[in-house]
Amino acid sequence: MLQLEDVTVRFGGHTTALEGVSLRVADGEIVCVLGPSGSGKSTLLRVVAGLQDADAGRVLLAGRDLAGVPAHKRGVGLMFQDHQLFPQRDVAGNVAFGLRMHGSGRAETEGRVAELLRLVGLPDAGHRAVAALSGGEQQRVALARALAPRPRLLMLDEPLGQLDRGLRERLVVELRALFHRLGTTALAVTHDHGEAFALADRVVIMREGRIAQAGGPLEVWQRPADAFVARFLGFDNLVPATVRGERAETAWGTVPVPAGTPQGERLLLVRPHGVRLRPAGEGLECTVEARTFRGGDGSTVTVLLRPRQGPALEAACTLREAPGEGSGAWVDFDPREVVALPPQDVPAAG
Amino acid sequence: MPGRRGTWARLGLMAGPVVFFAVFFGYPVAAIVGRGLHEDGRWQWGRFGEVLGDPDILRVLWFTVWQAAASTALTLAVALPGAWVFARLDFPGKRLLRAVVTVPFVLPTVVAGSAFLALAGRGGVLDEWFGVRLDTSVWAILLAHVFFNYAVVVRTVGGFWAQLDPRQEEAARMLGAGRLAAWRRVTLPALAPSLGAAALIVYLFTFTSFGVIQVLGGPRYATLEVEIYRQTEALLQLPTAAVLTLVQFAAVAVLLAVHARSVRRRESALRLVPAEQTAHRPAGAGQWTVLAGVLTVVALLLVAPLAVLVQRAFQGPDGWSLAWFRALGRESASGTFAVPPVEAIGNSLSYAAAATGIALLIGVSAAAALTLPGSRRGTGRAARAGRLVRGFDALLMLPLGTSAVTVGFGFLIALDEPPLDLRSSWILVPLAQALVGVPFVIRTMVPVLRSVDVRLREAAAVLGASPLRAWREVDLPLVRRAVLVSAGFAFAVSLGEFGATVFIARPDAPTLPVAVARMLGRAGEAHYGQAMALSTILMLVCAGVLLALERVRTPGQGEF
Repeated sequence: MLQLEDVTVRFGGHTTALEGVSLRVADGEIVCVLGPSGSGKSTLLRVVAGLQDADAGRVLLAGRDLAGVPAHKRGVGLMFQDHQLFPQRDVAGNVAFGLRMHGSGRAETEGRVAELLRLVGLPDAGHRAVAALSGGEQQRVALARALAPRPRLLMLDEPLGQLDRGLRERLVVELRALFHRLGTTALAVTHDHGEAFALADRVVIMREGRIAQAGGPLEVWQRPADAFVARFLGFDNLVPATVRGERAETAWGTVPVPAGTPQGERLLLVRPHGVRLRPAGEGLECTVEARTFRGGDGSTVTVLLRPRQGPALEAACTLREAPGEGSGAWVDFDPREVVALPPQDVPAAG
Repeated sequence: MPGRRGTWARLGLMAGPVVFFAVFFGYPVAAIVGRGLHEDGRWQWGRFGEVLGDPDILRVLWFTVWQAAASTALTLAVALPGAWVFARLDFPGKRLLRAVVTVPFVLPTVVAGSAFLALAGRGGVLDEWFGVRLDTSVWAILLAHVFFNYAVVVRTVGGFWAQLDPRQEEAARMLGAGRLAAWRRVTLPALAPSLGAAALIVYLFTFTSFGVIQVLGGPRYATLEVEIYRQTEALLQLPTAAVLTLVQFAAVAVLLAVHARSVRRRESALRLVPAEQTAHRPAGAGQWTVLAGVLTVVALLLVAPLAVLVQRAFQGPDGWSLAWFRALGRESASGTFAVPPVEAIGNSLSYAAAATGIALLIGVSAAAALTLPGSRRGTGRAARAGRLVRGFDALLMLPLGTSAVTVGFGFLIALDEPPLDLRSSWILVPLAQALVGVPFVIRTMVPVLRSVDVRLREAAAVLGASPLRAWREVDLPLVRRAVLVSAGFAFAVSLGEFGATVFIARPDAPTLPVAVARMLGRAGEAHYGQAMALSTILMLVCAGVLLALERVRTPGQGEF
């Protein structure tokens, strides 16, 4: 459906927002672009929407080059970050806007508006003022408005960014189910990896205008491509290592690695769940610097450990087994939660 | 849309206003200058030195400059509390009060001058009661200028103020700013563009003040405008008038350049909220005091002169009567008019309606051209576009600062022969009035258009709206109120326009202000009484228009 080929965007001639980005979105696929703010993900959407000209590269929609096609003729939908509902129109007026622009008749428009408002769960809100809507309702109206003209591709810029957590978690599930039911091809951007993993069929992680990694959510989660992706996903247990067979020599001592791990100089990632607390005297000796209660079903506690040698370690454990702050702790490593990353750009511990 | 298409759209929108100004402003002014300075087949540049070396002319120049500055400062000081009251307070009769405040602005200057004379001049109300006379000092002129321009500040600043989000100020308070500091650091900077616009308009109006000075200035005080009129009409010194016109032009150009510079530094996209959400009932002694103070000022400065005017209209030769009004329906025995004076009402209304249409067409497309996306910042092509836009902006403001007398006189001598012979055309008067009205439309529209969120337009574009359609669907509804306000301004200015119209209105089709002026120009109680009666009618028409305008304001949310 959508294809980007080496798209580059520079602002003011020097700052580069996108650098040679290539990306494909298949028909009916939900792709989520994930990255910290300033990584160029919103610019990517604006280029596809035709609100920003690319300095180089091509954007193709259903095989057609979009160069020179103005935004209003591209047939793509965009849900803006803060919705951008038209304040002077009521809910129905907002949803009907795109239909009117495409010249559909009054009866057809009314029918479609009603259909969409039912779809997003606001069947009776047609005459309400948008200023009177809650954040979640505004988000639904924005979605209905974007879907109404049946765009070939729907793009969402931080679709759930301003909503509170509970609502966000519920809506992301609803969105995914809805898109799959309607067969919508969707390209979303977000800085929240939880949102991206829950929503997307495929995740694209961006860093400073380039694609750092692309793949299925599980794949990206399990095998981050590099230290940047790992850290962005919240993994901070990184240490340079030398892998020999199924063992790696690190500042933390010898760490077991899964079979088939690439050999030689690597950067080793140990997920917090792979740092196991041991009885006193067994394994790596650490001091507990901080513990953070995360709640959730497992009553998870994150413990920040300062090992006798090597960078700090984060361990996840249950509340019951969590050691107190300032006390000593001994840990070893679960090879199933250990990933070897390429050795380049070893980041400073932090 | 970025890029070339945007440039073409801008040029297209600019074309109408540019042609309009070239033909109906540039050409007449050039004709005056040509006639004044071009003689015996060559340019007489030496006249500049002769005219500007004259100590009398220098005195006129100095007076013009300082009285305009004093009037502007006084108007801002007196009217800012009023702007706050209109923006933030809600009280019964607010709508009526708003119209009352605006009436003076649209009154013919000569009539307002007379009203002040009747109030504070010899034999005036203040003289009768307290023995106080202001007509011998410059204070009468300054107060009359405040009387006229109070509405400019209240409407441009207050209208914008009403749409500023009060929570901005609250946020500053929460960050530790005192009440005054919050206002000074948050609200005042946000108001700056509209304050600047209002101050500029007031300064230009008072700089080119004509009618007020004619009536209240006596032989002692004269502005450039009065001097230009005197030189052309009384002394038939066309060359001197041409030099003075050029001097006035230069002064106005400098003012506009200064304004353009300051605007560039101040521009910012503000978050506007619906005006009706920001006003509240007065609370606390402080707010009631301000409200009472504003009402007192309005009563003394704006209502009292008008009350005197009405009183004179109804005071017949033998006490209270409608004698002067009845006399308006009859053809004048003394031959002041070829038609009954009452016909001036119909003339004025239809001229003003046509002028408003023209002013809106020209002004709105100009404002749209000025605020198209990409008209600010940037490098290369964008910077060139920015300079183009600023030049265009200044061009549009020129008629505001140029004397109406010049415009009228220019029309008279330039548009009476081929290629453009409009001498006998009905449209001549509306064209001149529209020229005066366009800057109002632009000044009112631009700040509001600029503050429309670009992303709303983008949202419309992504939903399939072409740039033009997006403007119509997104900008226009948001700025409908500004359109109505500017239409009202243009209409009112056209109704009250005097300096230009007096030159070109046909004797058998006078407008209200022209009729009033002719009445005042004749001796005798009957003429004075009829002038007051006509002025009262004009005042009522203006008040009616403004009340209607208040009523059709954007009803707010939920509008489809």
